[in-house]
Amino acid sequence: MEWLESQIAEWRTLISSNPALNRNDVEELETHLRDQVDELSEAGLSDDEAFLIAVKRIGKLDEVSREYSRENRGKLWRQLVLADGGEPEPASRWIEALVFAVGAAVAIQVARLAVGFPDEEYWLLRNAALLVLPFLAGYFARRRTLHLRQFVLASVPFVIAALVVNLYPFTAGGSTELLVAAHLPVALWFVVSYPYMSGRLRSHELRMDFVRFTGEWFIYYVLIALGGGVLMALTVFILEPTGVADPERIMEWVLPSGAAGAVVIAAWLVESKQRVVENMAPVLTMIFTPMFALMLAGAAIVYVVTGMGDAFDRELLGVFDALLVVVLGLVLYGMSARDASARPGWMDRIQLVAVVSALVLDVMVLGTMIARVGEFGFTPNRTAALGLNLLLLVSLAGTAWLSNRFLTGRGTFHQLERWQTTYLPVFALWAVVVLVVLPPLFDFA
Amino acid sequence: MQIEKDLVAASATPLVLAILAEGESYGYAILKRVRALSDGELDWTDGMLYPLLHRLNRLGYVTTEWRIPPEGRRRRYYAITDEGIAALAEHKKQWVTVTRALGGMWGRADLLPFALKGA
Repeated sequence: MEWLESQIAEWRTLISSNPALNRNDVEELETHLRDQVDELSEAGLSDDEAFLIAVKRIGKLDEVSREYSRENRGKLWRQLVLADGGEPEPASRWIEALVFAVGAAVAIQVARLAVGFPDEEYWLLRNAALLVLPFLAGYFARRRTLHLRQFVLASVPFVIAALVVNLYPFTAGGSTELLVAAHLPVALWFVVSYPYMSGRLRSHELRMDFVRFTGEWFIYYVLIALGGGVLMALTVFILEPTGVADPERIMEWVLPSGAAGAVVIAAWLVESKQRVVENMAPVLTMIFTPMFALMLAGAAIVYVVTGMGDAFDRELLGVFDALLVVVLGLVLYGMSARDASARPGWMDRIQLVAVVSALVLDVMVLGTMIARVGEFGFTPNRTAALGLNLLLLVSLAGTAWLSNRFLTGRGTFHQLERWQTTYLPVFALWAVVVLVVLPPLFDFA
Repeated sequence: MQIEKDLVAASATPLVLAILAEGESYGYAILKRVRALSDGELDWTDGMLYPLLHRLNRLGYVTTEWRIPPEGRRRRYYAITDEGIAALAEHKKQWVTVTRALGGMWGRADLLPFALKGA
């Protein structure tokens, strides 16, 4: 009996070390193992025979854990990153990332010198995403070993975007040009999802994975930017008294290249140092979701009590777009960090409060905006802001509805997730509309 | 007889749902029931059952609860939901169609009992 217990303990340690299985999974499997051993022992087998057969029936650990990681949502990356159970990744992986990062850094530098920045700053602004994101797409295309056909498919949108952005006769510094500069990165980010998801765009699981990747990439990028900022500031302070280098020239060289290279490096960090962020993500949502819920609920009450007032700014819609994007980001992030099989908890309720408050605020702003649309008229900026606002409103209203059903036990968390992943392409489509349709509509003003 | 892997995988969901439709159960008991139903021909890798059950849970087809029965160890029990019953009905329709088609082709009725048992 003692022998058996020690064997089971050893087996438990072994499967516990598998990242795809959580504590409940391990306990469930252990109970299963014990049931099996008991039954075999009753049938007359000795302890060691019973144990060996029971372990064998549970299956090969790598096959079973692959099934688990497929099911334990959010752990899907483990299949991609740790293909054969926990091997540290070879050095060639980071060299690969470095090559693409340097590529992006060089591309933006060449472009800057070619147009004689800062003379043509708007050209550079408009094309920045086109100079950087192909390298990110290329990195994933290589990492996921895409077929040639998929590779061609992934590059087509970049070519089309390059044509649109450079053939449209923009008024330099006009609002349509700035809108294009702001929407191109978004549209191309969705293009990157194609190689990221190995071309399987229909898979809702992979879509959620891409959402998670986006959130974690953002965290890493901000961290790199903060570190880079400190480094730059110190460099300038140290070199300034010597008079050897002109701080502005250093900025011109280092800043664009650093920002471009960091795009790929952050992606590589998400891919290979996933576990670090994975621990951070739930903590961040735990901290910020209640804070936003409190702020939004307070603001909603103030707005309802005092009304919009005279301070209503005609560009307020843009601010609210940003607010809704942040709320949606928190919702998506919280969702991807959540254990999908868990029962509704207080975090889900707080999240619903945040979403509903944001909705109330936004509906009030939209109402005022639409009531006074004759007075304000449609400008490119306002059209883009209004469109995005309506899309976000629908997305969050759906979230609130399904989240309420989930909390009251009439719906599942799965439906809520599905709604988000189904809705994602709508945002991509809108970014394309702003890029392609809006400029001619407003005479490239 | 060795039943092909794809066929085992395809039949797993309706089989588990059908077993749970008889009443709540836990992993080990479900597996025993599967072996008994198929006279030991459907031999699953035990470890594969749990990810499947967790998937059904995520889809809202089953609910789960940890309980300690009067005698025995703490287990995770699974019970079918209304959605699960609806999904089972859908699976049944598909399997009956498939087995009827195969039965028609082979001109034998011996596939039908299986179809009816599932229905």
